[in-house]
Amino acid sequence: MTLGVPGPTDMNSKSNQTYEVAAKERTGLADVLRRFFDSDLWFSFRHSPVAIISMAVSILIVFSAIFAHWIAPTNPFDLAQIDLLDSEIPPVWLPDGDSRFLLGTDDQGRDIFSTILYGSRVSLLVGFASVVFAMAIGIPLGLISGYYGGYVDAVIMRIADVQLSFPAILIAFLIDGVARGVLPRAVHDEMALYVLVFAIGISGWVQYARTVRGSTMVEKNKEYVQAARVIGIRRGTILVRHILPNVLGPVLVIATIHLALAIITEATLSFLGVGVPVTSPSLGTLIRVGYDFLFSGVWWITIMPGVALIILVLAINMVGDWLRDALNPKLR
Amino acid sequence: MISFIAGRFAQSIVVMLTVGLIAFAMFRFVGDPINNMVGQDTTAEQREQLRERLGLNDPFYVQYARFALNAVQGEFGQSYFHRRPVSELLVERMPATLELSLIGAVLALVVGVPAGVYTALNRNGILSNLIMSGSLLGVSIPTFLIGIILILVFGVVWRVLPTFGRGDVVDLGWWTTGFLTASGLKSLILPSVTLALFQLTLIMRLVRAEMLEVLRTDFIKFAKARGILTRSIHFSHALKNSLVPVITITGLQLGSIIAFAIITETVFQWPGMGLLFIQAVLEVDIPVMAAYLVVIGFVFVFINFIVDILYFVVDPRLRADRAGSGH
Repeated sequence: MTLGVPGPTDMNSKSNQTYEVAAKERTGLADVLRRFFDSDLWFSFRHSPVAIISMAVSILIVFSAIFAHWIAPTNPFDLAQIDLLDSEIPPVWLPDGDSRFLLGTDDQGRDIFSTILYGSRVSLLVGFASVVFAMAIGIPLGLISGYYGGYVDAVIMRIADVQLSFPAILIAFLIDGVARGVLPRAVHDEMALYVLVFAIGISGWVQYARTVRGSTMVEKNKEYVQAARVIGIRRGTILVRHILPNVLGPVLVIATIHLALAIITEATLSFLGVGVPVTSPSLGTLIRVGYDFLFSGVWWITIMPGVALIILVLAINMVGDWLRDALNPKLR
Repeated sequence: MISFIAGRFAQSIVVMLTVGLIAFAMFRFVGDPINNMVGQDTTAEQREQLRERLGLNDPFYVQYARFALNAVQGEFGQSYFHRRPVSELLVERMPATLELSLIGAVLALVVGVPAGVYTALNRNGILSNLIMSGSLLGVSIPTFLIGIILILVFGVVWRVLPTFGRGDVVDLGWWTTGFLTASGLKSLILPSVTLALFQLTLIMRLVRAEMLEVLRTDFIKFAKARGILTRSIHFSHALKNSLVPVITITGLQLGSIIAFAIITETVFQWPGMGLLFIQAVLEVDIPVMAAYLVVIGFVFVFINFIVDILYFVVDPRLRADRAGSGH
């Protein structure tokens, strides 16, 4: 937003003008879009084939996961649609393949392509929710820590230091283990998704807090913040309306990479049997279920969801890599 | 120097006490310890006796102090699931995990550092680009999937390497080792490669980034101007200076290797502490979980402490910094 500084003579007309500009910018979606397409970020995106492809793949996976109901050839959880006689059919390109089952079937005759679509929905859901949860804890703590400094800062950052010296996955394991102890088994299966989101989210907040704290400490001494303080805006408002938007750039990069990591963590926990239960399997659960059949030569039950997971994580990581370089002023 | 070490040491103690507190709280408040120890036909009176004998009626801080004192002596009570002392289980499983982690760490370093140096020196080479793309793939494949793929290729399709267990081990009395038998060594290959791959990519990327940073600095230009051999500049000037952060992060990564061993051990049914821990999580065997937390916590705090001191010794600039900011 361009705030015109009112000159001494034409104060009224000038400020009217700025109001108009402001109103226009706030209302016009077209303006927002135009500004986005004019931005350096969009320029960098258009000129990076890797970014375009990986973004396209990510979006494709997200959409096919969301609309799994319509896209999947069968509903793998509807018992009427599966037939045990169809079990363990290899993918179409192998000699015994069946054209109805693109990636083959599992031990119960379910179409693996369909289970992967439904599974990636669960994986993405847990991944996104964990990232949002970690941000919801990390960003406010980072803002407070960076803005207030002193004692508050020391306490928050010491906790962050201690947590950072333990690998995230270990913390997720422990939280899950404790949840198993606290909740009765039946309730735990029902709550498994929430427990996972909590465990993965808690184990990831430190990155956000540290980054936001760092940028906040830089931003809080800038003139616009001082100006806001001078005209008597409350501290909470300054933090949320003025500082927060300016520290979100690096957060976006971390969030993208954290999303990939959260999906991996979820898959790992589910693979080890402490994550999503088999009733609504994620990619990790599918891999775990298929793992039992690996040694009998029926490799596709476990490898197909594995490949799907790798493609998903790789695509997100590549978007993250590009974003980090695009937002890094040093590399421009 | 002394005050810095003392400060770090005090901090380590505080962290350990906190970890101990969490472990104790888990032990004490997740489920009722008595219910987990006795059968259903135990009378209320017997339960109360046991409760009194174990000191579960004492004030919280007394219990915690007792827990901490026992933990220091390596005593963590009975496993609910295995019905054996946790300390015995840990001692039995520890050699397997440590041997696996050691080989994994050595592999990661021996391959990771040269690969990082190579990709930094030949920035635009075909092989470098290949290695860098490979490393992105390495970061994107979860550890357990690497294990599964290796098992599929070497264990199921080619049938050349064992895919589970430690093979034959030699009992040295206080330590069981797989280093001394052929099957033990063969069994080590797949798990240690699985464990090393992720760390390897991290170390390689780090060495590359640090090398590139150092190669840009003035003293490298100056060394070139003095006519020193390129090879000598690369290895005795650039590499030496880029290794400081590498040492630190590698030290910290050592800890996470032990954590990632949980995954590797489960995939390969490797009878180490990680497998013990995952079974404990599945069976809600709280004493084992608590003990594992304390042991791993100790390993981490110890490594952090050593790394901090190493960093301080190696990099003189830090001394001035730390004195100034009062860290």
